[in-house]
Amino acid sequence: MNLNIEVNNNVLTAMPGDTILDALNRHGMNVPTLCHLKGLMPSGACRMCVVEVEGRKNLVTSCSEPVMDGMKIQTHSARVIESRKTIVELLLSNHPDDCLYCERNGSCELQKLAEDLNVRERRISGNKNNYKLDVSSASIVRDPAKCILCGRCVRVCEEIEGVSAIEFVGRGSKTFIDTSFNHGLNVSTCVNCGQCIMVCPTGALKEKPHIDEIKTKLADPTKTVVIQYAPSITISLAEEFGFKPGQNIGGIMNAALRRIGFNFVFDTSFSADLTIMEEASELVHRITTGGTLPMITSCCPGWVKYAEEFQHDILPNLSSCKSPQQMMGAIIKSYFAEAEGINPADIYSVSVMPCTAKKFEQQREEMTQNGISDVDAVLTTRELARLIRLFGIDMDKISPELADSPLGTRSSAGKIFGVSGGVMEAAIRSAHYFITGKELIKFQVNAVRGLAGRKEAKVMINGLEIGVAVVSGLKNAEILMEEVRNGRKDIHFIEVMACPGGCINGGGQPIGTNEESLRARMKSLYEIDEHDAIKVSHKNPYIIELYDKFLGKPLGHKSHHLLHTNYQERDVN
Amino acid sequence: MKSKVEEILQQYPNAGRDSLIPILQSVQESLGFLSEESVVQVSKFLKMPASKIFGVATFYNQFRFTQPGKYHVMVCRGTACHVLGSATVLEEIEKYLKVKPGMTTKDKIFSLEVVACIGACGLAPVISINGEFHAKVTTESIQSIFETYRNREV
Repeated sequence: MNLNIEVNNNVLTAMPGDTILDALNRHGMNVPTLCHLKGLMPSGACRMCVVEVEGRKNLVTSCSEPVMDGMKIQTHSARVIESRKTIVELLLSNHPDDCLYCERNGSCELQKLAEDLNVRERRISGNKNNYKLDVSSASIVRDPAKCILCGRCVRVCEEIEGVSAIEFVGRGSKTFIDTSFNHGLNVSTCVNCGQCIMVCPTGALKEKPHIDEIKTKLADPTKTVVIQYAPSITISLAEEFGFKPGQNIGGIMNAALRRIGFNFVFDTSFSADLTIMEEASELVHRITTGGTLPMITSCCPGWVKYAEEFQHDILPNLSSCKSPQQMMGAIIKSYFAEAEGINPADIYSVSVMPCTAKKFEQQREEMTQNGISDVDAVLTTRELARLIRLFGIDMDKISPELADSPLGTRSSAGKIFGVSGGVMEAAIRSAHYFITGKELIKFQVNAVRGLAGRKEAKVMINGLEIGVAVVSGLKNAEILMEEVRNGRKDIHFIEVMACPGGCINGGGQPIGTNEESLRARMKSLYEIDEHDAIKVSHKNPYIIELYDKFLGKPLGHKSHHLLHTNYQERDVN
Repeated sequence: MKSKVEEILQQYPNAGRDSLIPILQSVQESLGFLSEESVVQVSKFLKMPASKIFGVATFYNQFRFTQPGKYHVMVCRGTACHVLGSATVLEEIEKYLKVKPGMTTKDKIFSLEVVACIGACGLAPVISINGEFHAKVTTESIQSIFETYRNREV
């Protein structure tokens, strides 16, 4: 049964259980919000979304108030507008006045609201916030002075990721957001996923920048500077340059990277293929030899750290494979260095990732060979856009180029790693071939596609039923692990991604990512898979060559040394 | 041997998050403050993130996170004391002890706390050191008050 409400003197229908905000949004009516996050519990803290409801003395927060039949609502009455404006003025009164220097200049929601509400004079001035920067984390920089206490980061960290690394600390005007006992993020439970950055309305949270170091290395003639980019980057980068969401600008990006001065441009989707060779072989090995099952993917460094902190007992279930970023790093400084006759110490290896946790992964001690890091620096999608602008490259005017061979050629199985379910699908395709010696008739595994937080399927291979599950958002992983711990035996392989929807929604992606852009990015990845000729990792000719010339066989001695890793329990609070 | 915190936790079988504050109060009563270790122990016991517990504990004035000094100084910041200059008194004490409220001096002799009112408005501005009240404190009298306590230590 639908309800009728009257909004600004027009009758609209609403559904029972809607909040006022839901109903308004469904009819395309906008009310400004700050603390609201779609899909999470309403908090009603910022009071930006207030509306006037007839018969109610006080203004009502539309994000948390359920609609009632016959409700009469004014969304932009003089009183409402004045109230919203005052809130913004108060928020600005103690906010640092350094917009010109701020990371989020131009993409700041507070700045936008000040503009929208016509705040054009300083009516209220207060003491400016003065907190220390937290630069302790390898991935995320926190600037509590710019925090407006909307609490979105706290809620994402708790409700989506189940991590709760940060919380409101203190009370009243002295409240700020911090880790337990005000220790840095580096020693907290933070898994570096960066979802907090994605929801932060201001510049209080950002990635640890690596641009300056890369600039220096690009200018150093003794260094061979190489770059690899993750599957989703060729699509999400488009949005940073005003292309429509979902457009694949891989070719233009390759050209731009060469203009900037990178000596070699490689595609991480190639090493995603390599990951599949190793991981699918490991899965087959575990299934046929009675190894620890379910096997769980280890591509996502946010998930890996989470498991090391909260799920120690399942560490043996994690695949020992390094992530594609780290596999590529290891191959660049061994196989590629050897082939090109370059000393690995003279290679500076950069990666572009949709992810902040990759910055943490890159500096893990396990990810080195003889004291040389597999990967030296990691850029997020946002940072790459900044680097391209810094070098004055016009993305509209350059012609597309191909990535370098041999580490730049991929199958489409490697490409779909960018979306939740992609690793699973790619692994199923190759595992099927490894077990039966035959290719799947239909490569698509629809049951593991889509943006749902949890997907499950049963796959028949050679009369053997293999149960697979795909989760994204670590809270969903926690729930699934609990089921496995409590005796679920029908799942043999699990894919976990920390960010909801997978890497297309990573913590390093463009600010302003929303469901619509996510769908466009996902669609684009699957279209690439649809149209590409090579749809399985084991048919990538350069992967075959890599094994022939260098690695030997999957899970072999060299693979073990270069492409596999181990995990350890972490004691953090 | 069981730690003090473990003994406390034992008194709360099947406790949920609603028992958090009573547990923290017992821990503080026993240790004199909430140590990091004790917060972690409580967090494991209640299956609640340590950051959440820290958030709750910092919300309330009653919890402290540093070991109290041998002499615990409470500076009244109630209305009467405020009118008679307790802000300056507090500032002077902070300068003299070189600590902020909630902290303990390096030599662990004094710890400083600000309280809303100790109910001795007639003596304003008033401070209490281990329960002994000092009335009508002035910036001049602070040094001699604290020296009396310090002299007991040598």
